[in-house]
Amino acid sequence: MDLKRRILKLMENDAHLSAATMAVMLDASENEVRAAIEDMEKDKTILGYSTIINWEHAGEDGVTAMIDVKVAPEREVGFSRVAQRICRFPEVRSVYLMSGTYDLSVVVSGDSMKDIAAFVSHKLSTLDEVQSTVTHFILKRYKRENFIFEEPEEDKRLVVSP
Amino acid sequence: MDKYLTSTVKSIPPSGIRKFFDLVMQTEGVISLGVGEPDFVTPWHVREACFYSLERGYTMYTSNQGLLELREEIAAYEKRKIGVEYSPAHEVLVTIGVSEAVDLALRALIEPGDEVLVPEPCYVAYAPGAALVHGKAIPLETFDSDQYRLRPDILEKNITPRSKVLILAYPNNPTGGIMRHEDLQALVDIIIRHDLIVISDEIYSELTYEGQHVSIASFPGMKDRTLVMNGFSKAFAMTGWRVGFACGHPDLIAAMNKIHQYTIMCAPIMSQKAAVEALRHGEGEMRKMVENYNFRRKLILSGLREIGLDCFEPRGAFYCFPSIKGTGMSSEDFCELLLREEQVAVVPGNAFGSSGEGFIRCCYAASVPNIEQAIERMGSFLRRHSSALSNTGG
Repeated sequence: MDLKRRILKLMENDAHLSAATMAVMLDASENEVRAAIEDMEKDKTILGYSTIINWEHAGEDGVTAMIDVKVAPEREVGFSRVAQRICRFPEVRSVYLMSGTYDLSVVVSGDSMKDIAAFVSHKLSTLDEVQSTVTHFILKRYKRENFIFEEPEEDKRLVVSP
Repeated sequence: MDKYLTSTVKSIPPSGIRKFFDLVMQTEGVISLGVGEPDFVTPWHVREACFYSLERGYTMYTSNQGLLELREEIAAYEKRKIGVEYSPAHEVLVTIGVSEAVDLALRALIEPGDEVLVPEPCYVAYAPGAALVHGKAIPLETFDSDQYRLRPDILEKNITPRSKVLILAYPNNPTGGIMRHEDLQALVDIIIRHDLIVISDEIYSELTYEGQHVSIASFPGMKDRTLVMNGFSKAFAMTGWRVGFACGHPDLIAAMNKIHQYTIMCAPIMSQKAAVEALRHGEGEMRKMVENYNFRRKLILSGLREIGLDCFEPRGAFYCFPSIKGTGMSSEDFCELLLREEQVAVVPGNAFGSSGEGFIRCCYAASVPNIEQAIERMGSFLRRHSSALSNTGG
């Protein structure tokens, strides 16, 4: 596997790893690692860095919904134009084209259910290409991006063993 | 009560690690590089297979030798990994970890006064195991300058008419040393010429970095005189399940099974069911864990060298075994002081035999931040004590 992909494998699980640490782990120089990361940031292989937060722990009560959207595809561009339009709304966290009974899956966050209802009725449903929407509110998070949303598993090993 | 205890059990020294363990337990905020097991929890699919077996009501004894389906998987596994074929019916025994397998083998093979050749530094159980059957463990010293491989001249020099068993434990705990094909080849002649039986403890075989693990059982003429022992603790992160196995000559396996049936009866069925799952579907998860150890192996090695400790590059297991001779301290003093002053736990090398004196065992089955933090603390410890050393003209 080339260096870039090996770096990505490490960073996927821990964006905190320093270039120096990764260099040691991957038998590369620190400069090579830095350059590879810069390259990937430039060509958008690495889109950005964010933090996976348990907002409930932080005392925030935001609301997130997953909306199934049926869309009329357009000649030449298919679903892309309307998908990109939906992406522009800041309350939209992710947009995916799906196989199956609907076309786009749109993840929306807001402060309250009212916010999301307003987004769906005023902004999303009113787009010409959108034929129907079904909104599912997320009730509880158990796991996201490989992280399990419960008490962290502590190290249960004996501190010294042969 | 002392007068009731046998002189044999009294002759066995308590584990050097135990004393240190008590000390660590009294200290707060410790970063431990002193463990001897994976920092992964058993992969979920294995745990889940165990639940399923309980739901289905598998709560009974198994055959003494172990579930046939597990022995079949073990035979297939050994064929795949070391290229040696074993009959699941007669040449495989499922045990309570490799520890039990070693004990059974020594009980089946050693007459009072027989000698067991043990390369040191090594895992703590072999010499006491020999002593319990009134055998005599003969340490074979290995050196960091030889990358802790057993040298044929050292083996030959220590063989006497009473020598019966040679224990080979590679990849090695505590050194991380391995024996490559040519290193084993050099021993084969001597072993056959002196008619030795080999107990090959290969519990760390999957944790071989750079190259493939080679078993001495795979050499011509060696299968029948070798007991291959392995298990699930290290590779599959299943230490607490206590399940391992021995493969070897049917007569020897039958003899070991005889002791096993009277002392243990059988390994727990839920552990055996989980082990079946690990062998059938665990390779992918296991490879990921090994890759992860390898990253940390490089990290800790470079860290230890950076703070000025000489360290041979370990090619197996999950330990580094740096020399602390430059500090002028004994292994135990070093570890005790490091624990008191910097709250980092590592294991004194002499716990693994007197040839481990002057070394410490650092386990890198720890998180990356913990490894980095431990190295930093050890670095400031060394700076402080090496300046003290030079101030006093040491």
